Amino acid sequence: MHLEISNLYKQFLTKQGPLLALENINLHVETGELVCAVGASGSGKSTLLRLVAGLDQPTEGSITVDGVPIMGPGSDRGMVFQKYTLYPWMTVQKNVESGLKLQGMEAIQRRQRASYYLEMVGLAGFARALPKELSGGMKQRVAIARALACQPKILLMDEPFGALDVQTKEAMQLFLLDLWQRTHCTILMITHDVEEAVFLSQRIYVMTARPGTIQTEVHVELPMPRHYEIKRTQDFLSYKNAIIDRLRT
Amino acid sequence: MAASIVLPLIAWLIISNLPGVNSTFLPSPQNVIEAFQRLGAKGVITQDTIASCIRVSAGFALSVAIAIPLGITMGAFTSIRALFEPIISLLRYMPAPAFIPLFIIYLGLNEEPKIALILVGTVFFNTLMIMDSVKFVPKDLIEVTYTLGGNRLQVLKSVITPYIIPSIIDTLRVNIATSWNLVVVAELVAAEDGLGKRILLAQRFLRTDEIFAYLIILGVIGFALDLAFRGVLKLSCRWAFD
Ligand SMILES: Nc1ncnc2c1ncn2[C@@H]1O[C@H](COP(=O)(O)OP(=O)(O)OP(=O)(O)O)[C@@H](O)[C@H]1O
Ligand SMILES: [Mg+2]
Repeated sequence: MHLEISNLYKQFLTKQGPLLALENINLHVETGELVCAVGASGSGKSTLLRLVAGLDQPTEGSITVDGVPIMGPGSDRGMVFQKYTLYPWMTVQKNVESGLKLQGMEAIQRRQRASYYLEMVGLAGFARALPKELSGGMKQRVAIARALACQPKILLMDEPFGALDVQTKEAMQLFLLDLWQRTHCTILMITHDVEEAVFLSQRIYVMTARPGTIQTEVHVELPMPRHYEIKRTQDFLSYKNAIIDRLRT
Repeated sequence: MAASIVLPLIAWLIISNLPGVNSTFLPSPQNVIEAFQRLGAKGVITQDTIASCIRVSAGFALSVAIAIPLGITMGAFTSIRALFEPIISLLRYMPAPAFIPLFIIYLGLNEEPKIALILVGTVFFNTLMIMDSVKFVPKDLIEVTYTLGGNRLQVLKSVITPYIIPSIIDTLRVNIATSWNLVVVAELVAAEDGLGKRILLAQRFLRTDEIFAYLIILGVIGFALDLAFRGVLKLSCRWAFD
């Protein structure tokens, strides 16, 4: 897997005139990486991810996956949104199966694959529950399982833990790191939480607003596996502070 | 809740039994019960109820069969909406009973004009209300479906439609009341049987007790339908309720 974004521009036409949401974005993600983009509100993070997902078209520039330009949305790029997007009328099991069903997979295979991923996110016991019976963190885990069940080349996540309380958020960060190490999946995640980005990422793109640009790229050389305690180490804090300083400028 | 039904009943009982109240003018509950027994024994209550129910079922079923696909596609595709919305918005303001003479000229005096009246009187409201409910399908839910490999048709079939089923059931619950109104109107104008027709006959013979009996039947059937739709909604869309 090789995601390559080059010279990407996105302009929106608004009532107040044209608005440059993204200016000359260049980034790449390689197989098995966990990369975060951090930035303040309005720095174009969601816009960037939507372009990669194929939900919107760039004004200029190119996005390729394994050298092939993306043409609209597809299940090779799984997406997890900040808002809860489980189908409320389907059980957890059916939700995880839904992508496979859309692609026409046989019921038996579908069931097996979904169970495997439900197991992986630790929610096998909730297969028959409805989304409304789950907590926020559990909903996001199901959403991740649903995306992973399609076995995408890359998992795109737009502030997936943004709506969760602090404790749940921390637990979900650990969960994601663990899942990433077990599945060797490739992840491009967006967050405005610098600590979250440093904790999770191997690399971080720091974005600033008006217009949205990539300020700098940071390689996070903290050892894996990481645990809560790392957040209090000097190394961690210096990464965090360096990025916060970058965001201020 | 019981009080809101029982208190008026008691008031009716008292007032209608006051000396000097003409029972032709205001029949007492006892009179009405007798009317029920009399009409029941003749078998006309069942016959009229069935006749009216068949008309409502036929007309409303046709209306729903048109409104669901039309409303959903109007809600989902701006082009289809642009095509139908102006004309439907105009038509729905034409009072359906005003079409009766036309329907009689076109369709005769049998069941067809009555069914047509119910169809025309409900199809536009059903369509527009279903169309509106499509607006409330969260955009994220649609977009996530595309990222899971879904196409437009699948979004329509597997996301928009299931999401609005509770609104559809509720729309039908509201609009079936209109079809009860219209069936009575149609029967008052021209019919051999039916609840409306019986009321008209009772008026000719000054049988206010029978009119009261039939009004009660109409109310009870309408209320039962409402309850039935609510029940179906609760049972079939458990996900939509807390
Ligand atoms: N569809 C759109 N039409 C017009 N302007 C838009 C649209 N989408 C985003 N924008 C604008 O583009 C800019 C970047 O928005 P975007 O949502 O990508 O930022 P973000 O970094 O995700 O912010 P947040 O942290 O608040 O989610 C904002 O100024 C926003 O108003
Ligand atoms: Mg955003």
